[in-house]
Amino acid sequence: MMAATNETSSAQPALTRNDFRLDQPVKWCAGCGDYAILSAVQNALPEIGMKKEDIVFVSGIGCSSRFPYYINTYGFHGLHGRAAAVASGIKIANPELSVWIVTGDGDSMAIGGNHFIHILRRNLDVNILIFNNKIYGLTKGQYSPTSPKGLKTKTSPDGTIEPPFIPGELAMGAQGTFFARAVDTEPKQMTDIFIKAAQHDGTSVVEILQNCVIFNNKIHQEITGKDVKDDRIIYLEHGKPMIFGTGRDKGLILRNAGLQVVNIGENGITEEDLLVHDAYTPDIALHYLLTRMNYPEFPVATGVIRSFPCEPYDQALERQVIRSMEESRIKTLEGLINSGNVWQI
Amino acid sequence: MGIKKRKIIELEDAVVKFAGDSGDGMQMSGTQFSDTSAFVGNDISTFPDYPSEIRAPQGTIAGVSGFQVRIGSKDIKTPGDLADVLVAMNPAALRTNLKWVKQGATIIIDSDSFDEKNYQKAGFTSDPLEDGTLDGYNIVRAPITYLNFTTVKELGLDSKTAEKTKNQFAVGILYWLFDRNLEYGEKFLDDRFKSKPALAEANKKVLRAGYHYAETIETLESRFQIIHKEERKGKFRNITGNTAVAWGFIAASERSGRPLFLGSYPITPASEILQELAKRKQLGVKVFQAEDEIAGINSAIGASFAGNLGVTTTSGPGLALKSEAIGLAVITELPLVIVDVQRGGPSTGLPTKTEQGDLLQALYGRCGESPAVIISASSPSDCFDYTYMACKIAIEHMTPVILLTDGYLANGSELWNIPKIADLPPIVPPLVPDNTPDFKPYRRDPEKLNRFWAIPGQEGLRHRIGSLEKEDVTGFVSHDPLNHEKMVRLREEKVQRVANYIPELKVWGEPTGDLLAVGWGGTYGAMISAVQDLQQQGKSISLAQFNYLKPLPRNTEAVLKGFRKIIVCELNLGQFAMYLNALYPQFKYLRYNKIQGLPFMIEELKRKFNQVLEGKE
Repeated sequence: MMAATNETSSAQPALTRNDFRLDQPVKWCAGCGDYAILSAVQNALPEIGMKKEDIVFVSGIGCSSRFPYYINTYGFHGLHGRAAAVASGIKIANPELSVWIVTGDGDSMAIGGNHFIHILRRNLDVNILIFNNKIYGLTKGQYSPTSPKGLKTKTSPDGTIEPPFIPGELAMGAQGTFFARAVDTEPKQMTDIFIKAAQHDGTSVVEILQNCVIFNNKIHQEITGKDVKDDRIIYLEHGKPMIFGTGRDKGLILRNAGLQVVNIGENGITEEDLLVHDAYTPDIALHYLLTRMNYPEFPVATGVIRSFPCEPYDQALERQVIRSMEESRIKTLEGLINSGNVWQI
Repeated sequence: MGIKKRKIIELEDAVVKFAGDSGDGMQMSGTQFSDTSAFVGNDISTFPDYPSEIRAPQGTIAGVSGFQVRIGSKDIKTPGDLADVLVAMNPAALRTNLKWVKQGATIIIDSDSFDEKNYQKAGFTSDPLEDGTLDGYNIVRAPITYLNFTTVKELGLDSKTAEKTKNQFAVGILYWLFDRNLEYGEKFLDDRFKSKPALAEANKKVLRAGYHYAETIETLESRFQIIHKEERKGKFRNITGNTAVAWGFIAASERSGRPLFLGSYPITPASEILQELAKRKQLGVKVFQAEDEIAGINSAIGASFAGNLGVTTTSGPGLALKSEAIGLAVITELPLVIVDVQRGGPSTGLPTKTEQGDLLQALYGRCGESPAVIISASSPSDCFDYTYMACKIAIEHMTPVILLTDGYLANGSELWNIPKIADLPPIVPPLVPDNTPDFKPYRRDPEKLNRFWAIPGQEGLRHRIGSLEKEDVTGFVSHDPLNHEKMVRLREEKVQRVANYIPELKVWGEPTGDLLAVGWGGTYGAMISAVQDLQQQGKSISLAQFNYLKPLPRNTEAVLKGFRKIIVCELNLGQFAMYLNALYPQFKYLRYNKIQGLPFMIEELKRKFNQVLEGKE
């Protein structure tokens, strides 16, 4: 997108995170993962090369969707599930803006599922941050479309009987061009991923494994816990081998059309044999497999899994409009209504 | 030449109805005949009447597609009640339309389609051409299918294509009947089949064949002549309500300097607005065909937040889906125009038919106290003016505006005296200069009470708005009880004050009298025709036709007070009467309601008004 090319006016001092802070109170629960995400976003924004006036945060309904009230940009807090539609209008109206959608697993995967898949299919140049805590928090603890099967909640007292959505799988099924995963306990990685999302041409989806301290505490702990994360998460970086583990001794290879975890040094496996991550390939197959990896069979993939540049909807529309304006003889409504079958009586 | 000299019947106006299978080209034939009539200086008003099935089984009642046009020398306000001339391409078309033709009307029939199988399919038990069904009509039985086929045979068209030209034979007969110059009809075909010259040639050949057939046969004993009474001057074009809405949007965009964004989802009978605007990229129009009705309106709200003129178009079921988002535009106080092209309801109802059943939905169909401005258009061409006014009010007062049109206005057409865009009233968006000190998003204009429009990208005006209740002036989220009541009252008052900026209610006729006929929106043509007919007979009746529904014009009460009786006529069960009764309970409202998916007929209104005037209501 415009981020990389659109320089900040030289007359203006470089922006810092403080430019994006507000003196309004932030009203999330103490210990909520959202605080870390807000902070990481405030760290990322000065790095994307946009003027602060040219950034808009849009949200739907849910705990995550209060986000626009806490960040000093233009902000629009809309209706449950509809942030993608509002953001589409904003971006199409003014493609120069950097538009961010902040949403949750309920907002984007349930009530807003339709808008979520269609914004991806169109590849509108916006950035979507999904705070995935696998629960409805703002309505106080009902299961969500990403709750693991069997989870007992207020509306699933005997455990859910619904298989969960994997947001990345849905994104790729909808022809998404950018998907990344982050965890709320890794602020530096988050910031880095947000910057990459902003730089991508097209719809960027970042799923953040976020903890709801009240209604689903430690839902990601099994993966993100300090003592286990190195063995249960693989942080993917473009051009680097797919390696993980406390001792950097495990990796991923492709075998029988599927991924497999191997131990370096066993059965003659060396680092050379491991897959090297290619985030930019248009081929979706491996990105899809990486996205679906889940503990305990696999480590969970974080980092930028897919980033395939492709002309966004808003740019294609702009191109059509400009061409049409150049080619048509009709330049005004006056010209239009006086063309064709007109009778002077 | 041996051609018999025919009697000429002079008429002020005539109603012609084309009816056939939905694949027979009746809509095209009707348009062709109307355009030609307009070209020679007649006023016209058209009304297509088509089924919701695209191609129902051939020859069945369900598959009948109709197109009615009224042509005349004076100001024509409706497509007419009953037809003077009916073209019936098959028995089903005859059966469906026989009740809509005048006694003694001329009926042109394709006799080839009247075999036993076909008339039974249409529900006749015996041959209507033989059993007396058509006694009293002037029947022109032409073997159209056969004559068409022999005309195009030498052109080498396949039989399926050849079948499609037969409508032109009937049109040719009409051109002779009304003494229309064939050149206009041929030019129409050249334009219509621009990319298929062979097809244009075939159609033209059949058109001429039909004309010459009519000239020759003896059954046609008379021709019609539309006598010229009034001279109208100006530049005109034929326009449908849906096209007028689309162009009204563009006009408002040009005059306000705000780029136009339409977020919409296809729905009958509103889709033509979306289609028309999709063709207008050369004028900078951006159209977003959304994944559903909800995304359509939310994208328009987003575009409006970003400084565009955000608009959305739909019909009744879509308005229901958009209701939550209209509330969002109410609380964020952004300009937004929602066009509801009403159709028969509830639910999917009668998608291709007209009704006025969405008034209460537009007024009240939202959660909470959610005031929006509601206006309605009353003729195909004034859809342009009221769309323009809807945009003007939305922008200048920072509010959602719902414009109600209907299927009858949307698809119907009439001659439009082309305006000068520069003569339209100005639209002044309440913009905010960059870096305005102490900018507050919910600070208001003291007169109109609108907030101001600060747009992303503007320096020094960053702010956040949304669906939660706002604190007065600052726009911060607030759950304070007194603030909430204050904001609810401010939003309502802002809408009520629009009354200071709209025209007063006009009364057609004396300002006092025995009976005030009250209508709103698309019933205008039939209402004014009925009322003026009775006025000419010396009856004490006037008309008040409302275009501004919320707020009502300032003088509404004063107008109502002037009459001994009031009758509210609507194509619903009495929604406007109920609304008036709630606002002005001191008056008694008689009601006349029709819920048949059809517009009012002038005669039925006159009958009802006479009853009321004679005290027999």
